[in-house]
Amino acid sequence: MKSLEELRAIREKMQGKVGVRAENENQIRVVVGMATCGIASGARPVLTALSDAVQEQNLTEKISVTQTGCIGLCQYEPIVEVMEPGKEKVTYVKMNPEKALEVLRLHLLGGQVVTKYTLSAAQNNNA
Amino acid sequence: MMPEISLNILDIAENSVRANASLIRITVSVQPKEDTLTIIIGDDGCGMTPEQVSRVQDPFFTTRTTRKVGFGVPFFKQAAESTGGSFQIDSEKGKGTTVKAVFGLSHIDRMPLGDISSTIQTLIVFNEHIDFRYTYEYGQESFVLDTREMREMLGEDISFKEAEISMFIKEYLETNKKETDKGADI
Repeated sequence: MKSLEELRAIREKMQGKVGVRAENENQIRVVVGMATCGIASGARPVLTALSDAVQEQNLTEKISVTQTGCIGLCQYEPIVEVMEPGKEKVTYVKMNPEKALEVLRLHLLGGQVVTKYTLSAAQNNNA
Repeated sequence: MMPEISLNILDIAENSVRANASLIRITVSVQPKEDTLTIIIGDDGCGMTPEQVSRVQDPFFTTRTTRKVGFGVPFFKQAAESTGGSFQIDSEKGKGTTVKAVFGLSHIDRMPLGDISSTIQTLIVFNEHIDFRYTYEYGQESFVLDTREMREMLGEDISFKEAEISMFIKEYLETNKKETDKGADI
């Protein structure tokens, strides 16, 4: 059995590294819908993929990944919303972990909205 | 419907989060001899009146304003009852709510438990302000992950979202589950 004692060692290693998490107003906020509709259509792996990638690439000061409830577009779940200070909100629909990582790379890091995955693209296709 | 039981657990536990719980207890108990899989999710949140308890079992009731249906509890209830199991909600206004679902373990209609370790990890990491006590039982074997014990080891100032901590939680859950159920396919 793995023991919680390992956390003490991790704590030692992380001394001095803590306290950098404070939210700041320049942060890009990424929220994943985690109500029944989101969860049923696969939001959990999307949330985990985004959060893990942000952690692993040391982007926590720049990007915060959180969860939210239902925004009333259940048919388009899993939904990822990107809120960047000073810019219009971008709503990505029918996400999966691969698409979400593409959004991270191209939009959150590269500054280019991935138009093909946005709500407006999905709505235009249906029209 | 949810594709796996662990997603029902995630969904129901999110109700506890919204009920302002400070402690959420989740038990997954697999009992091959009795042929049952029992899930218990209990919280110390705001609780419900008896009338609200009956309403949450109705798929056309929700407290949300973004849509008119609320499938979380009905999905879970139906998933359990369709396997010859049972479903029960005990709630008291101001005290908290406990949801218990018993599944027929070998029933053909029972969906797989699924990635329960990811579900618990997601709940813990994304709801840091809430304590979780997760118990996994297989026959006589069991293990527990209690975030209050984690905090004792780790201190208050290190976030569970830190890659090393989040990874540790996942490994702890996966390794100990495997040792508890010997890798049984559930």
